[in-house]
Amino acid sequence: MMEHLPALMIAVPLFGAFTAPLFKKHYREVSIWTIIITGITVVLSLLLAKEVVTGGIMVYVFGADKPTLVLPSGYSVPIRIMFEVDAMSVFMAISATLMSFIGALYSYSHVERETGLEKYYALLMLLEVGILGMVLTGDLFNLFVFLEIAGIAGSALVGFRNYRGEASEAGIKYLMVSSVASLMVLFAVGILYGQYGNLNLAYIAKNVSFNMVDMIALGLLFTSFAMKCGAVPMHYWVPDAYTEVPAGINPPLLVATYASLYALFRVSFTLFANVVIDLARVGWIMSILGVLTMFIGVTMALVQKDVKRLMSYHAISQTGYMLLGVGVGLTVLHDPSKLAEFGRDAMAGGVFHIINHIIYKSLLLMTAGALFYVTGTRNLNEMGGLARKMPITAISFMVGAAAISGLPPFNGFASKLLIYETSYRLNPLLTVFAMVTSVLTLASFVKVFASAFLGPPLEKFENTREVPKPMIIAMVILAALCILFGLFPNLVLDKLVYPAVDALINFAQYHSWGGLA
Amino acid sequence: MNGSIFVNLPFIVVAVLLALGFYTIGFKRNLIKVVIGVEILEGAVNMFIVALGYVKGGYAPIYTQAPPEAAGKMVLPTPQALTLTSIVIGVAVSALMLAFAVNIYKHYGTLDVTKIRRLRG
Amino acid sequence: MTTTIIRTTTKILAPLILVFGSYIILHGHLTPGGGFQGGAVFASGLALLIVANNKEKVKELFDKVPLSQLESLGALGFLGIGALGLMGYTFLKNVIANSDFLFGAPTPKGINPGYLNTGGTLSYLNIFVGTKVLAGLTSIVLIFFLILRRERDEW
Repeated sequence: MMEHLPALMIAVPLFGAFTAPLFKKHYREVSIWTIIITGITVVLSLLLAKEVVTGGIMVYVFGADKPTLVLPSGYSVPIRIMFEVDAMSVFMAISATLMSFIGALYSYSHVERETGLEKYYALLMLLEVGILGMVLTGDLFNLFVFLEIAGIAGSALVGFRNYRGEASEAGIKYLMVSSVASLMVLFAVGILYGQYGNLNLAYIAKNVSFNMVDMIALGLLFTSFAMKCGAVPMHYWVPDAYTEVPAGINPPLLVATYASLYALFRVSFTLFANVVIDLARVGWIMSILGVLTMFIGVTMALVQKDVKRLMSYHAISQTGYMLLGVGVGLTVLHDPSKLAEFGRDAMAGGVFHIINHIIYKSLLLMTAGALFYVTGTRNLNEMGGLARKMPITAISFMVGAAAISGLPPFNGFASKLLIYETSYRLNPLLTVFAMVTSVLTLASFVKVFASAFLGPPLEKFENTREVPKPMIIAMVILAALCILFGLFPNLVLDKLVYPAVDALINFAQYHSWGGLA
Repeated sequence: MNGSIFVNLPFIVVAVLLALGFYTIGFKRNLIKVVIGVEILEGAVNMFIVALGYVKGGYAPIYTQAPPEAAGKMVLPTPQALTLTSIVIGVAVSALMLAFAVNIYKHYGTLDVTKIRRLRG
Repeated sequence: MTTTIIRTTTKILAPLILVFGSYIILHGHLTPGGGFQGGAVFASGLALLIVANNKEKVKELFDKVPLSQLESLGALGFLGIGALGLMGYTFLKNVIANSDFLFGAPTPKGINPGYLNTGGTLSYLNIFVGTKVLAGLTSIVLIFFLILRRERDEW
């Protein structure tokens, strides 16, 4: 059964998504069903991780034994649809399944007052399918299809509260961005297909010659994935989408954003890795984009009054750290001594920051959702004195805020330290910007904590009490993970992050998968 | 000279359509027109892929009652399959966009994109 | 919208379109077309019926048709057929071909007049996709129709 794990990763949540509408008005049952299905996918992804980390790259071909078609003349070419799973894919798959589970658990109470919940949960699982497909596939066209699935499901969820005009506005903005980005991805796929006559990532990467047309394709892929992961010139959709979406969807939506980041890494590391000359330039572009993203994101966050909007701008700013870390690694990819010296650690910092950021930002957005659940407002000026009423939410918020600002015993510190140390070796100016951003982040979260939780208790919140248990459990799990990853970073680094980084660096291994080699 | 303008005509049309689509998305104020712009872009990309898949002298890969001279000259139908998948996705995208547009019109009473910016900052 | 011209045309055309749609779905493994295309043609026939009738009639008719369930059924059927391949092969493996089951007759090599009873799982997949697509597209058209009609009545 182990060899079918990649297919089951897609089939199980799809099954869940298609059965969910059959529950009709039984909202409680459908949410329990979603929690069960997403829980199963968490187990499956952990099993898959064990298989891949111990056994190497896994190739799964749909509907046949071999991915290649061998013509009578002896010419063999891969034509089948296939999944190619390496440690980096598994790393993203674990984040996706874990966050969908947390989101489903949190949604159990958070959206219980809304209607149409069977569609909400079906879309949640479809979003998970889209993310998992994007990170597991070994085929460029499948990447486009799953990108669109995630985009459609995500934007439908952003516009879920259809009694609010703002939700529809944010939804159409997100859908517009994601469909234009996906169409440009498809255009680039068409360009590559026209040249190499194939859609297989490994096959194209082996044969890529990097002429003028390939450069156009790389540019299109780079810009569209940067657009979808919210890097700076195209970041305007992020705060709208994250603010309007129900807080239970925030964790999977964050992972959907970083699945685009994964695709960006996949394109620049795997697809164009054989091209030696221009890769350093791409790495510099990525690093500078990262610094700009983190700085502009945090300055926009400082002036916000809406608590979820403030956190969304911080999400943009944190994306910059990942781009910086991996960009530093990419600049020195073809220089073995520098790569061993700091490139590998820089990439580890960037990749580790992905999961750390997903964890603490989901935690923060969920505490914001809890504040909204209790007070009915997201405006910071109207809150105050809630720490005594909601102790667990307040503590979770403190853990998340400390982690995002990079204070020592929490997980943000572990990955940020790696990024500081290594980007200093490339150019000290990059590090200065990263540290200033961190300080500004701390400043803005102190402001949120002071205005929402501290101060005299307000009269209108006299009768508020702590949020329901499923929401508390979801928040406590994430807060515990924050502390765990911060205290024992080596556990995660050795088991998951360094294998993922090595999978990106050893692109030759990805290129020579079973069928074609 | 072998009629190169005719060989490249589909690609010229694709370029024109791409430019039109981006212009419509960027400069039109009516939300429905912006949605139409996305559809034009999609048409351009689909046409690009179909044009790539054209092989001179090739036959469509349908074995049912094919002419006998088609044997061995059939083309690989991958580009057509890609286009169909992309059309399927396009239907879902446009339906969802129009649903959002209807909802926005209900709440704001207008489809002018410059007047429905309640989310800003 | 419901003029005499549309109603008369619908009476003649709608049955033809529905039959043509089912033909495309069933012959998906032999001729161009398949589940999505056939489903779309079928749904356009239903859309014609929706447009040609007034709101109350349409609502009455489609209250009885479980469109959402049909959509789920199509998708689950697709998954189930795909999962058949897990018995010893990989997901979506064509296990029914050459097995003398329905649609399981062996396919002749080369150019042939086309036999309906071939194709294996492909035919089943076409039918399930067709079900899903016709239900999905019809419900999209239906929802837009109901929304827009309601708004015209209000203003």
